Amino acid sequence: MRSLTEILEACTSSGESFARRALALSAMESGCTEDSIRKGMISRLKDMELSVQKALSGSWRGVLVPQEAHLFKEYGSSGGAFSSPFVLTAARISLAVSTYNAAMGRIVAAPTAGSCGILPGLLFSYREHFGGDDETLLSGLIAAAAVGEVTAARATLAGASGGCQAECGAAMAMGAAALVQMRKGSPEALGQAVALAYKSILGLVCDPVGGLVESPCIKRNGMLVSLGALAADMALAGVKSIIPPDEVIDAIGQVGRALPESLRETAGGGLAVTPTARKLVKDLLEEQPE
Amino acid sequence: MGFLDIIGPVMIGPSSSHTAGAARLGRLAKACWGNEPFEEVTVFLRGSFAFTGRGHGTDKAVIAGLMGMLPDDEGIRTALDEAKKKHFPYRLETEHVDGAHPNSARFAFRGKDGHTLEVVGASIGGGAVELQEVDGFSVAISGDLPTLITFHKDTHGVVAAVAALLANRKINIASMTLHRKARGGMASLVTEMDMDGPPDEALRSAVAAAHPAILRVAPIYSGSGRQP
Repeated sequence: MRSLTEILEACTSSGESFARRALALSAMESGCTEDSIRKGMISRLKDMELSVQKALSGSWRGVLVPQEAHLFKEYGSSGGAFSSPFVLTAARISLAVSTYNAAMGRIVAAPTAGSCGILPGLLFSYREHFGGDDETLLSGLIAAAAVGEVTAARATLAGASGGCQAECGAAMAMGAAALVQMRKGSPEALGQAVALAYKSILGLVCDPVGGLVESPCIKRNGMLVSLGALAADMALAGVKSIIPPDEVIDAIGQVGRALPESLRETAGGGLAVTPTARKLVKDLLEEQPE
Repeated sequence: MGFLDIIGPVMIGPSSSHTAGAARLGRLAKACWGNEPFEEVTVFLRGSFAFTGRGHGTDKAVIAGLMGMLPDDEGIRTALDEAKKKHFPYRLETEHVDGAHPNSARFAFRGKDGHTLEVVGASIGGGAVELQEVDGFSVAISGDLPTLITFHKDTHGVVAAVAALLANRKINIASMTLHRKARGGMASLVTEMDMDGPPDEALRSAVAAAHPAILRVAPIYSGSGRQP
């Protein structure tokens, strides 16, 4: 699967939804039946739901980052928040799942472990606020997978190759696609949501403190759900990206290749080399018994 | 890459390369050793496995894998306690090796009768792994496909015997690589096959009996979350 434009054009001529067309294409390319891919995705959705339940019901923390998602619940219900209830729930789930990952919880990499909060945040907040059934969530997950697969083919999904654009950025663009799909927006709007989403995080670097999947990863998971939601809203409102989605994804790949190695998951630049980060890492190494 | 690779694997966090890959590597290394109990296994973590290993649970994951756990096993979190409780004979060390893959480990097994096996493997990204050395042979084994490794004496007919046996069972060979240390010395044949599920004991023992020069056969399969 190499081109969103090809899928979108096929949708226009057949009248199928994006998810429907993408599933058929995936079956054709992989040699698996549509039914077996659907079943696989249903099992992923169940594992994702399980990770959300576990993440929200326990008190988890990372090595560096403490438990914080619960603070957000209290604040969110205070009524004074600037973000919508949908975004608040999505951010809370995303923070929680991402913290659960840091605490060695069982998660679904979507597309990676470092970005595993964003898709469950958007999918399960959608269900809570707009009442989507399993079939609706499944269509969203399939749309997200297709966007991820095109990104893997045209750019990359590895922070070590493309920076955080390729991990949290990709999860966010995939999530924007899922939202438009679950709303039954047009395939064109779905493509625009992906383009708008990716454009807004172009150049995002991967600079984890101590090389751990914690800071800034966890908060970035929490923050980016808002961009995913806004990209879907803009696209559904009819706002269009001047640059078409496939070309935006090519730009992600090109910028990723241009990023210096210090900003591609090596903990050699950005936040990872700030004085505070250095001190945290030094303390951590001293704590470790040999 | 398929949809289930993009949305997946299902794994214990926090890192696909440092946690899921480490568990998978431990499991494949143990598969190379086989089923007989061992006196001790020492794991030498290298590169970033050694540097950020503890923070990523690499130590727990690699021991969990040696004990047979898959990358999504909740038991990984408490694997070191479990190992102590079960008197699982492991030691964890770190080592620096020039030119080694940044996320890699060396496994040194010692059997009850004193014989040894060394396996070197790397976690190459996204939870995928590669065994790079088995018993001194340079290999490239991912475990994505069901794989058999034979250890045999270098002589004529071993490849033909293994190929004929698989052909009789209608098993397609995806790849086959032959390695030897010296003419007439120890040799190894790595065969990847198109099969659903892992190579079973019946197949393993049949291949082991396929030629008198074959000393041992190890079945390798990552049984990964990458499959549906």
